[in-house]
Amino acid sequence: MAAIPQAAAPPRPLELRVALGRWLDREAVFSWLMMALPLIFLFALVGYPFVYGVYLSLENRPVAQPGVFVGLRNFIEDARDPVFWQVTRNTFIYTGVATALKMAGGLALALVINQGFRMKNLIRAALLLPFIVPTVLSTVAWMWILDPAFSVINWVLVHGGLVTPPGPSWLGNPSLAMASIIVINTWRGLPFYAISLLAGLQTIPLDLYEAATIDGASPRARFWYITLPLLKPVILIVTVFSVIFTFADFQLVYVLTHGGPANATQLFATYAFDIAMSGGQLGRGASVALAMLPMLGLLIIGLTVYMRRRE
Amino acid sequence: MIERRGWRARALRLWLPLGFFLLTGLAPFYWMVVTSLKPNAELYNRRIMPLIVYHPTLKHYIDLLTETNFLTWTYNTTLVAVVSTAISLVFGIMLAYPLARMRFAGAGLIAAAVAATYLVPQPFLFIPLADIINNLGLSDTLTSVILTYPTMLIPFCAWLLIGYFKTVPRELEEAARIDGASRWQTMARVVLPLCIPGFISAGIFAFTLSQNEFLYALIFLNKTDVRTVPVGAIAELIRGDVFYWGQLMAAALLGSLPVAFLYSFFVEHYVAGLTAGSVKA
Repeated sequence: MAAIPQAAAPPRPLELRVALGRWLDREAVFSWLMMALPLIFLFALVGYPFVYGVYLSLENRPVAQPGVFVGLRNFIEDARDPVFWQVTRNTFIYTGVATALKMAGGLALALVINQGFRMKNLIRAALLLPFIVPTVLSTVAWMWILDPAFSVINWVLVHGGLVTPPGPSWLGNPSLAMASIIVINTWRGLPFYAISLLAGLQTIPLDLYEAATIDGASPRARFWYITLPLLKPVILIVTVFSVIFTFADFQLVYVLTHGGPANATQLFATYAFDIAMSGGQLGRGASVALAMLPMLGLLIIGLTVYMRRRE
Repeated sequence: MIERRGWRARALRLWLPLGFFLLTGLAPFYWMVVTSLKPNAELYNRRIMPLIVYHPTLKHYIDLLTETNFLTWTYNTTLVAVVSTAISLVFGIMLAYPLARMRFAGAGLIAAAVAATYLVPQPFLFIPLADIINNLGLSDTLTSVILTYPTMLIPFCAWLLIGYFKTVPRELEEAARIDGASRWQTMARVVLPLCIPGFISAGIFAFTLSQNEFLYALIFLNKTDVRTVPVGAIAELIRGDVFYWGQLMAAALLGSLPVAFLYSFFVEHYVAGLTAGSVKA
């Protein structure tokens, strides 16, 4: 008996569902479906604005008016602008000094906390407070601490006989203003270094220290030959991370000095803001913001590669 | 460590530096509290010793709550922080899970792109974003910041959670798969419930980041009833040359409370989130 050849039956709904389920269960399909929405979101609100920013920087674009393509004219204008070079210098000084202070202070604090003592968790939590309180709000407190007429620091200095009244003008004198924003940035950022380095210290096996001590290594030698080398990756990541965000800092300076006096504390971000938002020149402002790209791009790519490689 | 420790050494090595860091770290907060409680007569009197309050008053707090829109700003700040944190957590999970646990072409590239996105500071993007938000007609709406905050929070959450998802043993997943669970079921019923501490860390950190945000809020929100606390305080408690110091300090303190409160309950989670990027446990 010859079998009656059956016409290929159309797939029934159940089979379709099974096939769809199998397809969805493939690793690549499942992964891309999961990631699609967030990736589109990030592309629309990070990728596209970034490209649009580059485009804006090539335009003469007053706010609420159509732009005119001007090529690199904004960047040429930047290069001829003495304030731009002052801003560049300020940003490097601010970032360099604040980073050095945060790193040294943070390492010191981490080593201090790493000892055993009572109420350790409570004290550690208290020490992290400057970092968690919204920057603008703590900066307002600093503004009052450094107030020209009512500075509590000056009150202490004057009454301690250290300076003649009315005392230094912390935010009015160009050098002191720069020193002030550096100190406040350090005040806020130091706990981040300390807590990160502390977490790094706690991953170093104690028997390394014991072995070194038995071999007669001094505390200094143990620090240089055990602590520091093993802490190096954490120090590197934390530092690059903090350099990126200090280099592009905005809040602190905007609130405390608005870049003054006479641009002495103006940074890239605040200068770009002044030109684009207060001055209404979006194109030129975008070019100033983009001036951060070579420095930040290198750091971002370097750090990303380094972290991927550690995995 | 094997060491002899006299109390002198301990004082010098522990309590002295600790005291210094605690004093410098916390003095500004003391100063905030003291200032916010001083009547104006005391605040602006240079003859008296400023370090303590002689006649404490809640006047600045009452004025802040009744004469300004502080409560509205607080509501806005909280709403924006909660919604953008929620969005970022969900999107962060959607990104992190495949990147941590699946093998597919392009995974490495996407993971690197996400990490790089986390490192892009806002000043890079605020000018084009201002124009985009303006063109979308979203200026002076909370939507503008609810949409833009996740741009910095999603990469952070994803990054933290990738590390977290990787700690879940593969055997658990394989067992579920052998029992016939789909990838979705394996994720939703087996892996995700184990990662709740990671979600808390990411959520707390994202929440404090959005409370801290200033630049986008400053640019997008120019009307008092949509402002957040930092922008409201800077824009409305400083009028020209007139600083309402008492109210400013009261606002700074009250504005810090939600974060500080949350933080005090979840310190360990917060620290875990903070150190996730740099330290491998």
